[in-house]
Amino acid sequence: MLRKYQARIYVTLRPSVLDPAGTAVQSGLQHMGYETVEQVRIGKYVELVLSAADEDKAREQVDRICDRLLANPVIENYRFDLTESVDTGVAR
Amino acid sequence: MKFGVVVFPGSNCDRDVAYVTRDLLQQPTRMVWHESTDISDLDVVVIPGGFSYGDYLRCGAIARFSPIMRSVVEHARQGKFVLGICNGFQILTEVGLLPGTLVRNRDLHFICARVPVKVERTDLPWTQAYVTGQIITLPIAHGEGRYYASLDILKQLEDHNQVLFRYEAPNLNGSTNSIAGICNQQGNVFGMMPHPERASDPMLGSTDGMGLFKGLLEGVGAIA
Repeated sequence: MLRKYQARIYVTLRPSVLDPAGTAVQSGLQHMGYETVEQVRIGKYVELVLSAADEDKAREQVDRICDRLLANPVIENYRFDLTESVDTGVAR
Repeated sequence: MKFGVVVFPGSNCDRDVAYVTRDLLQQPTRMVWHESTDISDLDVVVIPGGFSYGDYLRCGAIARFSPIMRSVVEHARQGKFVLGICNGFQILTEVGLLPGTLVRNRDLHFICARVPVKVERTDLPWTQAYVTGQIITLPIAHGEGRYYASLDILKQLEDHNQVLFRYEAPNLNGSTNSIAGICNQQGNVFGMMPHPERASDPMLGSTDGMGLFKGLLEGVGAIA
C-alpha cells in the first residue's frame, strides 16, 4: 500500500551567487535599526505531498523532482525534510 | 528557409518574430504550439520572448518540459538552427542547450531600454551581416537578464569564442563578462536577451536587429 509523505523543500542560492534582493532586504533592515543583521539571502520554500511505497522511495522521488525542476543546479542548492503525513484536509 | 516560432502559454513576442520572417523577409513561417512535436519541416526554430508559464518557479523552468522542447533539442542535435530571444534564451539555458543561466537584474529593476551591443564575432550565420566590433543598438526588456555562469563555464565560453553579443558600457543588468548573447560550441544554437525582432522594421526607428535574420538567410549550410 502506498503511504503519503509531505516534503518541505528549501531551495537556496549557492553562496557564490549574488543575491541583490537579499542585499536590498538587508539594507532595509539596517535602516529600520537592525544594525546587527549581517547577511540576508532569499530562497524558496516548497511544500509537496506525494505517495510512495516507503520513505526511501519518496526521498528518491523528491530528490529527482528538486534536481530536475524545483532547483537550478547552476545557481541553487536544495535540501528537504520528509514526514509521513496524515491527510489534514487543509485547503490547497 | 522555413521558420517556426514556438508559442508557449505566456509567449508575447511570437508574432513580432513571425512579422519579421514572414512579412518583412517573405520567408515561409509557421507558429508551433508548444504541445506539438513534429518540426522536421523547419530550418530555423525560434523560441520567442514573453513570460512562458508566467515565469513561475524560474523563468523558462516549466516551459523547458513542454513536449515541443524534446523536438527542439533533437533539431539542434541535427545541426539545424535554434534561436532563443529573451525568455527563449532563458528556456534554452534551462533545457541545457546553452550553458549558464539568467538571473534577476543586478539592480532588481525590470529594464526596458535601447542599449549599445558589441558584435564580437561574425563568422557565424547569426552575425555575418555585421562587422566584427560593430556597435549596434538593440532593445532590451527584462527583469531576469543577468547572465550568470561558473568561472569554468565562463572560461570555456571565452576560449571557444561563444560570446557573439556583449553589452557596451553601461552593462545595465550586471551580466557577467557583459554577456548579451551566446551560442553553443557548434554555433547552431544561439540565445540572446536583446530583441532583434523589435529593431527590424524601419517604422520602429531602428533596423539594427535585421542583420541577424538576414545573416541567417545567407547562412544555410555555413555551419560544419
